[in-house]
Amino acid sequence: MNAAGQVDQIFVTIKSWLVGHAPAPFQTLVSIVLMIAAIIVVFAALFALTVLLERKGLGRIQNRYGPNRVGPFGVLQPIADALKALTKEDVVPRAADAVVHYLAPLVLVGTVFLAFAVLPIGRNMTAVNLDAGVLFFFAIGSATELSIFMAGWSSRNKYSLLGAMRAIAQMVSYEIPLILSAVAVVMMSGTLSTVAIVEQQAHYTAGIAHWNVFTPWGLAGFILFMIAAMAETNRSPFDLPEGESEIIAGYFLEYSGFKFALFFLAEYVEMMAVSGMAITLFLGGWSSPLSFLQWFPSWGWFFLKLLAFLGVFIWIRGTLPRLRMDQLMNFAWKFMLPMTLIVIFSAGLWRFLAPPVVGPGVLGAVIRWLVCALVIFAPYIVLARTLERGRKIEKRTYRFAE
Amino acid sequence: MLGEGIIQGLVETARNFFGSYVEKERLVTVQFPEERRELPEATRNFPFLLYDGGDPMAGLRCVACQICEKECPPHCIHIEKSKDKKPDFVGKAQAYPAVFDIDVSVCMSCQICVEVCPFDAIRMDTAFELSTDNRFGGLLWTKEQLAKSNDYYRTIHPTEAAECDERRAKEAEEAKGKAAAAAAAAAAKAAAAASGGTPSAGGTSANGTAGNGAKAAPAAPEQTEVKP
Repeated sequence: MNAAGQVDQIFVTIKSWLVGHAPAPFQTLVSIVLMIAAIIVVFAALFALTVLLERKGLGRIQNRYGPNRVGPFGVLQPIADALKALTKEDVVPRAADAVVHYLAPLVLVGTVFLAFAVLPIGRNMTAVNLDAGVLFFFAIGSATELSIFMAGWSSRNKYSLLGAMRAIAQMVSYEIPLILSAVAVVMMSGTLSTVAIVEQQAHYTAGIAHWNVFTPWGLAGFILFMIAAMAETNRSPFDLPEGESEIIAGYFLEYSGFKFALFFLAEYVEMMAVSGMAITLFLGGWSSPLSFLQWFPSWGWFFLKLLAFLGVFIWIRGTLPRLRMDQLMNFAWKFMLPMTLIVIFSAGLWRFLAPPVVGPGVLGAVIRWLVCALVIFAPYIVLARTLERGRKIEKRTYRFAE
Repeated sequence: MLGEGIIQGLVETARNFFGSYVEKERLVTVQFPEERRELPEATRNFPFLLYDGGDPMAGLRCVACQICEKECPPHCIHIEKSKDKKPDFVGKAQAYPAVFDIDVSVCMSCQICVEVCPFDAIRMDTAFELSTDNRFGGLLWTKEQLAKSNDYYRTIHPTEAAECDERRAKEAEEAKGKAAAAAAAAAAKAAAAASGGTPSAGGTSANGTAGNGAKAAPAAPEQTEVKP
């Protein structure tokens, strides 16, 4: 094994070395504990980094500095935030259902971290290689709805409940386009195993990887998946469940101190989880985009892509205002759902237009690409026109009481 | 087309993000304790008491007339008049405040005390960092804390201070003229009453300090026995 390969497999080697020290009956247990600890530590640290980047990034987007007082350039801000969250008083409303109120953040964080079990973080670096990994991921993703509703319901606060209801409505609606856009990938790769999906994309033609995002259905599916993922994780512009201006903070209104911090953590970790899934499904997981870049460790590629995703999340949060509830629902059912179905159709077409059908060589590939892209783009235009018909966008005028 | 506006918005925020690193005028934040924006001359925040000369307590212009105390809408001024009197800049015997307190936490910066003061004794300050860790004593400012020199007034509100100084110099001049006339009249009377007697001491005071110009009479010469 060469040096690059050794660096690539360094964590796998360290883990097997550590496990080797444990007595034989406990080796499985030690291995599991090590993987869980690694996932929790790495993604919690990444959470701290993301919060810092988000606050600095949003600041720059709004033409201000962002936090710059704690440590050089404010890099120690996450530590100050964590200390603040830890030392704050934990208030439980008298009327709240104390047990459920206590359990909600724990269930949320637990389920959110479980999603990482099936994500291939690097070559041979998947905690559990399930045959139905994609299915497991979405099943676990749905469980976050339960904990959000637990939080909203148990707080016994109207705003909390409103937030939870909004969250449920939103997450149930957007789960369908989320899963349907993943279905196209599953159809094409013929497997539900995340490891196999990534390995299929880690092949190269003329130096370029076979990532799904380079196909028309993959590109469209990827965009739809990311929109749905944003709604699924209650990120701006889909952060209606926690709309500060309308329902104060939504379902975690009655949470303070560390429990609130757990909700905050869960939101960001969930964001990383869906980004990880998008990377796995569409952006070739740990594989490098060009074949000559393969010397860079596979886990490095994964985290680079993940950071890019987090950056885009922050960018979008700094750009778009919050949607209204009817806009949110209309968008899910009238646009996202038909588009995902069209993407699935296009994926099928892509499959049947495989090289021998449209002709050999580069020309055939280009024709295949263009035909499949047209199948998605034409309905998109029609759909967008239809949705905008009859809607007058004009400057709003205000009428005041006489 | 659907999604076009989103792209435009993303471009705009990206321009803001990168622009804030290169264009100084984009980043308008003033990092307060280290950097300070220069205050405009019209800044007014909290009143202070003016004094002339070197000794703050002796040079206070305030004569404890208590107009400001009565006019103050939130009643944040507390004045106690002195029992004895001392001469003011035109030489008139005036009381002075034995106690002059302003409650910072009550003051609403309305400047009415400044407008009603006939003695140019109270003016608005530009200082705004008035917070303290002692909310009982720390926010009640006594006359020692309130007293600030005329030079300070000239630095914070130059135009207004120049106008005030000019007016006061004129008043002092007029008072001096009247005093001289009165002294001359008294001297003439004395001379007429007792021809060949010693000349009055009051006559010498008229040609005292003539060149105080802009500086409004730091210590007026003794003219207490003459009525203008």
